[in-house]
Amino acid sequence: MSTLWETLSDVFVRNGLVSAFTFVGLVVWLSYVVSDRLTGGRIHGSAIAILTGLVLAWVGGTVTGGTQGLADVPILAGVGLMGGAMIRDLAIVATAFGVSIDEIRKAGVGAMVSLLVGVLASFAVGAAVAWGFGYRDPVSMTTLGAGAATYIVGPVTGTAIGASSEVIALSIAAGLVKSMLVMTATPFVARPIGLDNPRSAMVYGGLMGTTSGVAGGLAATDPELVPYGAMTATFYTGLGCLLGPSIVFVTVRALFG
Amino acid sequence: MVIYGVAFLCGCLLAGLFVGDVIGQLIGVQANVGGVGIAMLLMILLSDGLRKRGRLSPVTERGVLFWSAIYIPVVVAMAAKQNVVAALAGGPAAILAGVLAVMLGFVLVPPLSRVGAPQRDPDGPGEGA
Repeated sequence: MSTLWETLSDVFVRNGLVSAFTFVGLVVWLSYVVSDRLTGGRIHGSAIAILTGLVLAWVGGTVTGGTQGLADVPILAGVGLMGGAMIRDLAIVATAFGVSIDEIRKAGVGAMVSLLVGVLASFAVGAAVAWGFGYRDPVSMTTLGAGAATYIVGPVTGTAIGASSEVIALSIAAGLVKSMLVMTATPFVARPIGLDNPRSAMVYGGLMGTTSGVAGGLAATDPELVPYGAMTATFYTGLGCLLGPSIVFVTVRALFG
Repeated sequence: MVIYGVAFLCGCLLAGLFVGDVIGQLIGVQANVGGVGIAMLLMILLSDGLRKRGRLSPVTERGVLFWSAIYIPVVVAMAAKQNVVAALAGGPAAILAGVLAVMLGFVLVPPLSRVGAPQRDPDGPGEGA
């Protein structure tokens, strides 16, 4: 029987992307069943599916000791391709099909302001936390602040200003926590913060900035809002990488150096 | 044909990512600046123009709509490949920084949603307090 099992896992390994689509399809189906039967539809099926994905990523990471979550499990390696930047970006762009140009134009100013405020606020929060935990040199404060922006801004900024690898790892962890929290918490806070129209979705994308977090959070809240939030969010990391090692670092150094 | 829609979508993404990379290099940043956002704008503007000229048949549209519909499963796969272990291993400093940044972001959504919004509907009554 073990050879039959080996043959089966071999089929999965050889057809990684196909296995991933099958597996994710099952996860989504089960999540919608749970949403329907156990929560009476109150918690959206896609929110449960994304949360399940994160839990599976934790399981995968714990079992394999790798950095790619479930994608490090050989028979599910295709999940890495399916959920990687290439397919994700393609699907995000596809959601823009049929988006209203008027809505984007109307929210333009608010979205740009939210980008700037979002980046600077994250830096401030991260730097303050760094200070609180005893990382009181400007380089560490700026780097952790950059991580609180996104897990890409963190290492890019940290490397540029010469942070230690420990602090850079910390900044990546902060960015990952942010991204996961945005994915899971958004559906629950959407109503109180008025996240139910294209304008607030664009502002939200600019404030949060983590493309994966925003993409997941809005998908679980209202798929119609995805393109609006994602559009502003994609400018955030670039802006963070621009401001972090320059204006933000100089400011932090002037204040705490 | 369906492939026209798929190729159109992929072309928009590649063009956007290229422009995003060029902008990144121009301003000296090691990141793609808004590539996906630019691709989305390109897609919106081009599809609008093509539709008006009747060059976008329903079959062609299907090539784009499939990818739009597969979006949520892709996000689920994306969640499943995150480095959750590393995020939790970062300890209290990383978790607190992430959590506070998200909370501050949520709190700022309502006030910033009003920035640049039409003050009041000029034809309608005021919104009250």
